[in-house]
Amino acid sequence: MIRADAFLVALVVSSALGVVAAQHQARKLFSELEREQARAQGLEVEWGQLQLEQSTWAAHARVEKIARERIGMRPPAPGQVLTVEGGHESAEPGLPK
Amino acid sequence: MRKQRPLPFNHNPLLKNGLPAWRSRLVMSALLACLLALVGRALYLQGFNNQFLQAKGESRYARAIEVPATRGRVIDRHGDVLAISTPVRSIWAIPSDARLSPADARKLAELLETSVEELNGRLATSHDFVYLKRQLSPELAQEIAALKLPGIHQQQEYRRYYPGGEVMAHVLGFTGVDDKGQEGVELAFDKLLTGTPGARRVIRDRRGQVVEDVEAIRPPHDGQDLVLAMDAKIQYLAYSALNQAMQTHKAKAGAVVVLDVRTGEVLALVNAPTYNPNNRTNLSGAQLRNRVFTDTYEPGSTMKPFIVGLALDRGKVEPTTVIDTAPGRVSIGRATISDSHRHGPLTVAEVIQKSSNVGTVKMAMNLAPEEMWRMFSELGFGTPLDLGFPGQASGRLRPVKTWKPIEQATMSFGHGISVSLIQMAHAYLAFARDGELLPLSLTRVDTPLLAGKRVYSVETAREMRYMLELAAGPGGTAPRAQIRGYRVAGKTGTAHKLEGGRYANKYVSSFVGFAPASDPRLIVAVMIDEPSAGQYFGGTVAAPVFAQITEGALRALGVAPDAPLVPLQVAGKAEQARTARGGR
Repeated sequence: MIRADAFLVALVVSSALGVVAAQHQARKLFSELEREQARAQGLEVEWGQLQLEQSTWAAHARVEKIARERIGMRPPAPGQVLTVEGGHESAEPGLPK
Repeated sequence: MRKQRPLPFNHNPLLKNGLPAWRSRLVMSALLACLLALVGRALYLQGFNNQFLQAKGESRYARAIEVPATRGRVIDRHGDVLAISTPVRSIWAIPSDARLSPADARKLAELLETSVEELNGRLATSHDFVYLKRQLSPELAQEIAALKLPGIHQQQEYRRYYPGGEVMAHVLGFTGVDDKGQEGVELAFDKLLTGTPGARRVIRDRRGQVVEDVEAIRPPHDGQDLVLAMDAKIQYLAYSALNQAMQTHKAKAGAVVVLDVRTGEVLALVNAPTYNPNNRTNLSGAQLRNRVFTDTYEPGSTMKPFIVGLALDRGKVEPTTVIDTAPGRVSIGRATISDSHRHGPLTVAEVIQKSSNVGTVKMAMNLAPEEMWRMFSELGFGTPLDLGFPGQASGRLRPVKTWKPIEQATMSFGHGISVSLIQMAHAYLAFARDGELLPLSLTRVDTPLLAGKRVYSVETAREMRYMLELAAGPGGTAPRAQIRGYRVAGKTGTAHKLEGGRYANKYVSSFVGFAPASDPRLIVAVMIDEPSAGQYFGGTVAAPVFAQITEGALRALGVAPDAPLVPLQVAGKAEQARTARGGR
């Protein structure tokens, strides 16, 4: 009888400790999750800012300016345009369609 | 020493006196009554009315936190970002709590980029709440938070950025400081773009850290991204071409709209003067006005093709029918309508090519007013287009019963009727699409409607295309609309402006056209308001803008050229010849 009681008490105590440990673990994991979520949000914000930056750098006005002034590009003259039809005919520059 | 025997309680000598029995019973029942009262109260609090205390307890540790949701992005048809929200912070204060030492005040003022006097002035109000500065960058806000000043608080907000700046301003519109749409697409699609913030209930520990998620009350919904039909490249082309023309011709205002003929999408929409949506201080009404949608103008000769089209459709004329426009005048009642150049006998095609008022009026007077009115309203004049854009104008199309013959005559060449530029561009779809109209769309159309609303027969539309190509050709009114490698078609318009009920010597020059003429892909409509550098004809002011935009846009879209390139091959010479002759 006493032995059974002792066994049950031990069981209860260990289970209670288990609950405490599990709760602690849960809290720890949860705060980690929180941190990661905050990081994810931070990254999201950064991504937005990077997109903004990208479209600012890639603004057509800027691209055109650089292409014209720094690299010296210009629209092709009509004679330089080659129209390829159907992919197999050989087109010559300036040939009427 | 005699050992003292313990005295049992019931043999206490004091008790021997024999107290009256009722006293003990009284005490007993008083105690019992107290006990009962306590038990009853406990039962009441724990059993019957437990919500109150539970709520009180919960409020000590549980908090409902708002989960912010971001506003959707606006992107162009190829995925370029046109508008995006990023978080910023606003600094606010409770003035009665904010007692700052002079050193603190100086530091804060420095971070907020104001003077100490102004800061103190703001804090000296009797209000409980005052914004010190809105929409600060998160980094700066962090520095302010690090000062740990009493009574100074922060709140997270979103700020909208428009990387396209001036170029896209009128299409996109902008949002207010509360991230709600106020103009343009931002307002038109506000519901779609706006996110709904969520909420969740959490348990916080003593240090204010969240230790447990109890429940999600509402999940947050971020706003959806809006994919516009706009092509950022064509938009930029249109913007730079229009601005160039505005400067050359010292114009008051101008607008351009580019439509995709196949889908009815609005590929570009530009207004001048414009503004920078990222910095909206000192905005004037003129800058804000979206002339494509909200302004109407008398279209002038760009209206003529519709009348001719109707006359062809009803079998009143053939393209080769000769109409005598001599002596360049025609009288309707007491009024006289004249041409700017005298022509003589012209075929119907030549009436369009030379833009003869007299010829058009003679055709219009052969049509019933009801027929003309029905055609105008089928083309969408007089009612705003179904685009959901804020502040769309409907234009003025008077009820047919009130028309007098002179009005029917002037309407045929675009006076006495007013339209918006987008309505005009939309109506030209009828010619570009073999007689059918499509509803326009500001958002990208992935599955275009195949059949539209028929206004003209296929034959009429094709004949009109041929005539409009003549008008943009060497003998027409707008040879400067021509571009290399593609056949173009279109019509000029030069209208006197109405001022106080009279036609003033101010003009609206316009050009509406499409290309390639053999299989139209784009409609470009250009309107220049009050060009004042000497030239004002649509053919010299608006047509070159059309040419510049169309040439770039067709190349950007990779449309195959449909015109022989040979005559222009020797670029220098041909270019000279073209400008000298006013055409190729």
